[in-house]
Amino acid sequence: MNEKHTKPEKAVQIILILISVLFITVMLIFPLFSVIINALKKGFSFYLSALSTEYVLSALKVTLLATGITLLVNTFFGVIASFTLTKYHFRGKQILTTLIDIPFSISPVIAGLSYIMLFGSLGIAKPLLDRIGAFLGTDIQIVFALPGVVLATIFVTFPFVSREIIPVLNQQGSEEEEAAALMGAGFFTIFRKVTFPHMKWSMIYGMILCASRALGEFGAVSALSKTRGQTFTLPLEIDALYLSGTADSIVASFAVSSILVLISILILILRNLFEYRAKKG
Amino acid sequence: MYVQLEDINKTFGDYKVSDHISIEIEKGKLVALLGPSGSGKTTILRMIAGLETPDSGKIFINEKLVNDISPAKRGIGFLFQNYALFRYMTVYQNIAFGLKVKKIPKKQIRERISELISLTGLDGLEKRYPSELSGGQKQRVAFARALAPEPDLLLLDEPFAAIDAKVRSELRSWLREMIHRIGITSIFVTHDQDEAVEVADQIIITNKGRIEQTGTPKEIYKAPQTPFVSMFIGNPTIIKDYWKLQGFEKGNYEGAIIRPEFVEAFKSDNARFHKFIDCSDEGIITDILFRGNNLELKLDVGGVILTAHRSLERRPVSIGEKMRVIIYRIYAYDNEKTYLLENEELLKRDVDNTHLEAYLYSKEGYMIV
Ligand SMILES: Nc1ncnc2c1ncn2[C@@H]1O[C@H](COP(=O)(O)OP(=O)(O)O)[C@@H](O)[C@H]1O
Ligand SMILES: [Mg+2]
Repeated sequence: MNEKHTKPEKAVQIILILISVLFITVMLIFPLFSVIINALKKGFSFYLSALSTEYVLSALKVTLLATGITLLVNTFFGVIASFTLTKYHFRGKQILTTLIDIPFSISPVIAGLSYIMLFGSLGIAKPLLDRIGAFLGTDIQIVFALPGVVLATIFVTFPFVSREIIPVLNQQGSEEEEAAALMGAGFFTIFRKVTFPHMKWSMIYGMILCASRALGEFGAVSALSKTRGQTFTLPLEIDALYLSGTADSIVASFAVSSILVLISILILILRNLFEYRAKKG
Repeated sequence: MYVQLEDINKTFGDYKVSDHISIEIEKGKLVALLGPSGSGKTTILRMIAGLETPDSGKIFINEKLVNDISPAKRGIGFLFQNYALFRYMTVYQNIAFGLKVKKIPKKQIRERISELISLTGLDGLEKRYPSELSGGQKQRVAFARALAPEPDLLLLDEPFAAIDAKVRSELRSWLREMIHRIGITSIFVTHDQDEAVEVADQIIITNKGRIEQTGTPKEIYKAPQTPFVSMFIGNPTIIKDYWKLQGFEKGNYEGAIIRPEFVEAFKSDNARFHKFIDCSDEGIITDILFRGNNLELKLDVGGVILTAHRSLERRPVSIGEKMRVIIYRIYAYDNEKTYLLENEELLKRDVDNTHLEAYLYSKEGYMIV
């Protein structure tokens, strides 16, 4: 009985493993390898010069800036949202929890377009923006400018941090906080000493996911960024290089891509490290 | 009265968890809130602590209305059901937390903690994290942590529920002794009647958000006031046609409750009982359970299964054996109250109190509480 059962199962197991390995190799590893190989096709000095053009350096700067701000904003709001949604009871809590996940279910391009509808020259919020700008004596540009790129990146990566923290806090319950409050601890002491240690690792894990997505975001940013060398991020620059179609520019686009691939590998390693910590608690 | 609840009401959604609750607790007493799961015990405790707000009613602690006083200022130590120890702090840091928050000087904190550590027998565990402790050790840490800021009132939610049955009874007497030694007024929640009876000075029985009865363990045991209490306490068998038993007549009752200690089962040739044999019913043994220091017999008496205890010193019995069964007394109940009924036949026959000499049963306690 036992033998009959395990033999076919073993075969199924091997077949399934083979399929997975084959799929991952063909779909993920090969393409990534080809990026690196193509990037170095014209030699190392070409590779370096392709990376140090004005456009690429600007794109790198914009990408890092957008990712950095996104990380700060989304971590801050992600932590606040997770705390509020798990430690307090209030009406509409369920709706809020669902709303947080909107970026996951909406195409990034639509997110970008929605900002154009809001802040663009025909946008609903444009008059208000102009008035604030007049008051401050400047011209506030969001769409097709850096703020737009940052906003779009924030939008698409908003749920990452809170999604990692919420389950952890939910599982923890709120009795530790109640115990601390009964002993006279104030909000910030309770947060710092009791709640934060619970969420620390999952927060870091969420931040890593958030950063890797922010670095690679294309759709939402593409809708809001039109000026190469000013508001272009790395993915947009890669796209632009590739589309210009000369032999050199195509190799250059692979060279720029290789930066993102390397960052991804780094993030993958960090991710594994912190995922383990987050699970362990 | 040290703790006083006056007509407390509380609903969650449309579920009434507290229904006109009034409680009075004397200073220094160890009181059990006993009731089935979901009867609103934890909610009462949380309202006293200020973790939950009643919809209406007043709560007094030490004669002071505390409804609008924050939990931290009520002078309460609270033991949560799962201890809620701070997971990322050591035993020492856990106990020190409440003292640090109060900005007590470091030296005093150290002294207070070493005092508590030795009181609770946690020596050597100061540097451990909660995940490295056994259930009993966690309970002790929670106890020390709750006591550290010297509260005047200790609230414990199911303090033994998460502990191995083996060490539970040991911890029960430990906790009881500890609380009495410190002399702190304490309320603990439990759904286990043995625990309440063993540990508490006073028991408050809750059911469906109401208080059913309040009294000493003995009072609750010997004089249950409501049908619920008589069915909840002891090890009762509920029967509808109690009048079919020898010595009991039909009255205006819904049914009756029989506890094992009300049932005497003897062999028909037993000389000691032969005078009373016509007050007895026939019972067939359907099961025999060994209970360590005695036997528990299940007897089929006219279709009703009754439980009786039997000393191991008496003659052996076997399943299927026909026994004679005398019921000394029953608790009859109607919708609201419980009534103690004595076996009429036995009473009639007992003009000269011979049954007392015959060790038949002791009336002490059942009439006078
Ligand atoms: N915060 C809450 N929200 C909604 N229902 C609750 C809440 N707390 C308790 N209840 C409900 O109230 C009832 C009584 O709860 P509780 O006081 O915990 O009873 P017990 O401690 O006697 O088991 C339970 O049915 C429980 O589901
Ligand atoms: Mg409870």
